[in-house]
Amino acid sequence: MKKQVYIYKSFERFWHWTQAFLIFFLGFTGFEIHGSFTFFGYQNAVEYHNIAAYAFIILIAFAIFWHFSTGEWKQYVPTLTNIKAQINFYLIGIFRDAPHPTKKTVLSKLNPLQRLVYAGLKLLVIPVMVISGLLYMFYRYPQAGGVVGLDINSVEPIALFHTAGAFALVAFVIVHLYLITTGHKPTTNLKAMITGYEDLEEEESEKGSEIKEVAGAEAAADISETETPALPAKNLD
Amino acid sequence: MKKIIGLLVVFFLTIVGVILFLRPKEIPQTLTSQLKEKSTEKHIPSVDHSKFTVLKKKFSRAQDVTEACISCHTETHKEVMASSHWNWQREEYVKGRGIIHIGKHNALNNFCIGVEGNEKSCAKCHIGFGMTADLSSFTDSTNIDCLVCHDNSETYAKGAEMSGDPDPSVDLSAVAQSVGLPKRSNCGVCHFYGGGGNNVKHGDLEKSMFEPSKEVDVHMAVEGSNLACVDCHTAENHNLKGKIYSLSSMNRDRSSCEQCHTEAPHAASILNEHTLKVACQTCHIPTYAKVNATKTDWDWSTAGELHDGKPFETDDKDGNHTYLSIKGSFKWGKNLKPEYIWFNGTADHYLLGDTVSDTSKPLEINTLNGSYSDPDSKIIPVKIHRAKQPYDPVTKMLIQPKLFADEKGEGAFWKDFDWARASAVGMKDVGLPFSGKYTFINTEMTWPINHMVAPKEESVKCIECHTNNGSRLAGLNDFYMPARDHSPFIDSAGILLIAVSLLGVFIHGSIRVYSSKKRKEGGAK
Repeated sequence: MKKQVYIYKSFERFWHWTQAFLIFFLGFTGFEIHGSFTFFGYQNAVEYHNIAAYAFIILIAFAIFWHFSTGEWKQYVPTLTNIKAQINFYLIGIFRDAPHPTKKTVLSKLNPLQRLVYAGLKLLVIPVMVISGLLYMFYRYPQAGGVVGLDINSVEPIALFHTAGAFALVAFVIVHLYLITTGHKPTTNLKAMITGYEDLEEEESEKGSEIKEVAGAEAAADISETETPALPAKNLD
Repeated sequence: MKKIIGLLVVFFLTIVGVILFLRPKEIPQTLTSQLKEKSTEKHIPSVDHSKFTVLKKKFSRAQDVTEACISCHTETHKEVMASSHWNWQREEYVKGRGIIHIGKHNALNNFCIGVEGNEKSCAKCHIGFGMTADLSSFTDSTNIDCLVCHDNSETYAKGAEMSGDPDPSVDLSAVAQSVGLPKRSNCGVCHFYGGGGNNVKHGDLEKSMFEPSKEVDVHMAVEGSNLACVDCHTAENHNLKGKIYSLSSMNRDRSSCEQCHTEAPHAASILNEHTLKVACQTCHIPTYAKVNATKTDWDWSTAGELHDGKPFETDDKDGNHTYLSIKGSFKWGKNLKPEYIWFNGTADHYLLGDTVSDTSKPLEINTLNGSYSDPDSKIIPVKIHRAKQPYDPVTKMLIQPKLFADEKGEGAFWKDFDWARASAVGMKDVGLPFSGKYTFINTEMTWPINHMVAPKEESVKCIECHTNNGSRLAGLNDFYMPARDHSPFIDSAGILLIAVSLLGVFIHGSIRVYSSKKRKEGGAK
């Protein structure tokens, strides 16, 4: 039995799409600064990139607050449970129209592979980009906004980390854009991230209502309870 | 929906707030206009020299004028005689050499090579009279040529090959009564013609700078600020600020843009940040030799060819010499992009008697020190003058040849066209050995470019350096510069990662499409 569930809250969607836009914009202006092509003009590209960077940092500050105040951060704690089944699904089951091995619920939206990748993104790639980006702006120049220079001798290591992170993000975006088509229907996930609602298998007493009142601790408890056991990938043919 | 809108509003207000906070404050505009206003103030002299009776007489000798000057300016000659304009040398500390005197008597160049033995001709650009090879004239204060710098009538001129004495046609009385602050013409008459012709040496100092347009020099433009040389090259006790590193060695007494413009003159802080490593001139002098060509290459080895026993010259279509029997072959360049080097304000020089063992690469006549890792260094634009000049392969010294003489037979190359003889006489004059053998080696001389500052709209654009395709800074490879430099490893690994992602997505997607089609067909059956 399927039911329309309100799965992506308004802030979450706002955060997701603003972040998506900023990553695209930062990537585009960033690779112009890298010398890969010319579009805005070098000086403009640098100015736009810096403004977008500050916007991104502000967005991240809001997002961190949201993750902790709602307890949503627990959704990203990596787990090995069910990971083999998930890999099997992407490698085999998906071609046989097998059901998703991880049940998507409001309190556990991510499958184990998603948890791993998103946690990596949030804890590794984005911090590397933010820190190397800030160092890029302030590594040396004592004059910039009166900030005392950090007196790092060369921008080279900073630039190389920043570039490597950018390539990783491009690869992430490519794979991400493809994998969102692997929902129930190719557009299911996209629609859900736009409207907030998705048709999910009905479960417990949870209705399509918002859960923002649920305290972090309770939500955490719920998550561990609702962790679905591995389902064998069934061939429906 | 309301919540989304609320969040959007908060978010964008925050961004706008941050941008407004970070926006550069607009002080520089007023600084520039202040400077412009200041430049319109006219200097009003406190005395009128035409009213002094001591100057209202006929002067038979130039030295008598100087005596008249000193009769009122009783101590000024002491200042002048302590200046480098008079002494043609300075006491300098050079790393590896210690404290030494460097000047025209011991430092060579790769134009006419050196002064020694050629004083009579070279003295045309000395602020003194009666120069001789033994420099005995340097101790007599009446030999100071006050007029060459202070004549405001524009009628004073030194005679050719007259040891620095004025041309006989000059009305010394009229000139003496017209004196005042040095004008562009006073400085330019020597500094624009160094090396034996207009713009031969500097590239950014030449006769178009007497009355330049804004496009040529934004500071000296007649229709603009109309600055005189001494507005920036200010003097204290007749010691002028600013110097050229053809002879100078130490980081002192320099004239700088910052004197007026401060160290952070831009509205955009990212440009101000550049001033830590990039000199103002690097961006603000995109080209030099904008009106007339400058000499870029001098090959002494071809000198001495004669037509019917007589020296000859060939010129290009602009009238620049391309060959002179007395000097060899030349190349010229106009509207040149500078070359760029790191420079910390200190320099070393080839000095007479230095030995050069490695002639496989061009010898640096002057070496400007600096590197990325040196915090005192900035990138500056330079003209590099390349030459082939005489060298003794046995003593391993550059040769100072005797070039100028009044008569044939004294050994001067310009009269006798005999390198062996000119080298022997020239080296004897400077007290150095000559083996009798001579050859020609490649040399380079570095001339910092400081003038011909362009209007700000024509400054070098970011992309002219920040590019991997013909960057202006392609030659400076001791640091990482965004857009110009990449890590080949990270770039290829990154492109590979993207390629693998695309390929993986394509293969996975294709199989999905194919298998779902097959399933549907199977279901239909």
